[in-house]
Amino acid sequence: MKKIIKYVIIDILRNKIMLAYTAFLLLISFSIFNLEDNSAKGLLSLLSIILIVVPLVSILFAAIYVYNSAEFLELLVSQPLKRKTIWLSIFCGVASSLALAFFVGSGIPILLYEATPTGFMMLGTGLLLSIIFVAIAMLATVKIRDKAKGIGVTILLWLYFSLLFDGLVMFLLFQFADYPLEKAMVGVSTLNPIDLSRILILLKMDVSALMGYTGAVFKDFFGTQTGLLVSFFVLALWIAMPLWLSVRKFNRKDL
Amino acid sequence: MIIASNVSKKFGKLKALDNVSVACNKGECIALIGPNGSGKTTLIKSILGMVVCNSGFITFNGKNILHDWQYRSHIGYMPQIGRYPENMTIGQILDMMKDIRGKKNEALDEDLIQQFKLNELLSKRMRTLSGGTRQKVSAALAFLFNPDVLILDEPTAGLDPVAAEILKEKIIAEKTKGKLVLITSHILSELDDLITQVIYMQEGQLCFHKTIEDIRADTGQEKLAKAIASIMLKEKAI
Repeated sequence: MKKIIKYVIIDILRNKIMLAYTAFLLLISFSIFNLEDNSAKGLLSLLSIILIVVPLVSILFAAIYVYNSAEFLELLVSQPLKRKTIWLSIFCGVASSLALAFFVGSGIPILLYEATPTGFMMLGTGLLLSIIFVAIAMLATVKIRDKAKGIGVTILLWLYFSLLFDGLVMFLLFQFADYPLEKAMVGVSTLNPIDLSRILILLKMDVSALMGYTGAVFKDFFGTQTGLLVSFFVLALWIAMPLWLSVRKFNRKDL
Repeated sequence: MIIASNVSKKFGKLKALDNVSVACNKGECIALIGPNGSGKTTLIKSILGMVVCNSGFITFNGKNILHDWQYRSHIGYMPQIGRYPENMTIGQILDMMKDIRGKKNEALDEDLIQQFKLNELLSKRMRTLSGGTRQKVSAALAFLFNPDVLILDEPTAGLDPVAAEILKEKIIAEKTKGKLVLITSHILSELDDLITQVIYMQEGQLCFHKTIEDIRADTGQEKLAKAIASIMLKEKAI
């Protein structure tokens, strides 16, 4: 397994898109921290950019990479290797390089300017989001054979998680405004890793008062030790579930 | 060595393999022939585990291959169209395969690498290679690890006559060492001095599996090409 991960990482590190992504994150992070005199405010601006850019780049890059390695996968499958090993190695290679790019691009500026619990929370959720969206991309690519269709679906998935989901939640909230939905919102937020990450970071920032009564309910749940553990467990589940499903599918796939 | 029992595979509505049963043993050199789309490559791919069959099972040395993967270390496979990571050089591919197979220090069979003069091309990227050179790389990789079973899917397609001759001699040499060789090819004339048995497939079904002597005796033809042609004609008449 280590050997294949090594070849995948070497291959990705030579990729110019990866360097551009790291450089872009570095540029954004440093310029935001330098623009704002209060680095806590800078963190808030960085949050919205990271929650949009990181999932998009992760899901697209992973999907394109897997489609482009079709030949590599075919070659490996005819060799004495377990299919599970091959698939997990590709996942580990892509996920660790994207996580590394995020760490270098945004993690280092955060650690330099804002090494507070909020900063660490942002670093942690950013890394997790990178990995989650690689796992989702792996599931999409194993299900869909056609490259153009597959990449289209990954873009739609990203759109769903970053925009459509929020819209749906808003719609539901307005439709059922007469009912007490605050507690249910905690459950709904676990259905979207991006929302969950946003809530976790915002609660650390003490701007949860802006979210009204729902914010208070969130604070009640996510602010506690158990709430924090549960939410990280849910994020881990967001990695494990798509990955497990994709491994199962890949084991039976015809190449 | 390899036994397939009632193997069926469907791609959508198309039946690529329909209840195929074959047994292949050591020291045999088997030609898989049949018209285009008769399921030859699908059969090979299911033996390699690249295609998972819908029903039936395949055993390798008495073990079901479905949840096994180690058996593939006894197989050298040369695909019909060799597809390799485009950004890697020939040298990197060879090193990677040695690394994956974990046989870096064991005796490797580098005859073909030398005879095809691949050593001079080691720094060339795969995407810059011609189809024939790719085939040479595939062939060299199939023979590199001294496998007990060689599966060659259209080995000489795209090779120049000199390279094809080198490959043919290599196959004969390996056959005499007692290895099992499975070849598909449409050029029947070049199979004449290679093979001992013939498997003939049509529309996913196995038509017959006979030794070459039997075929010659049945049809009265010395050349394989003519023998097969007369069988095909006879089937049409029926």
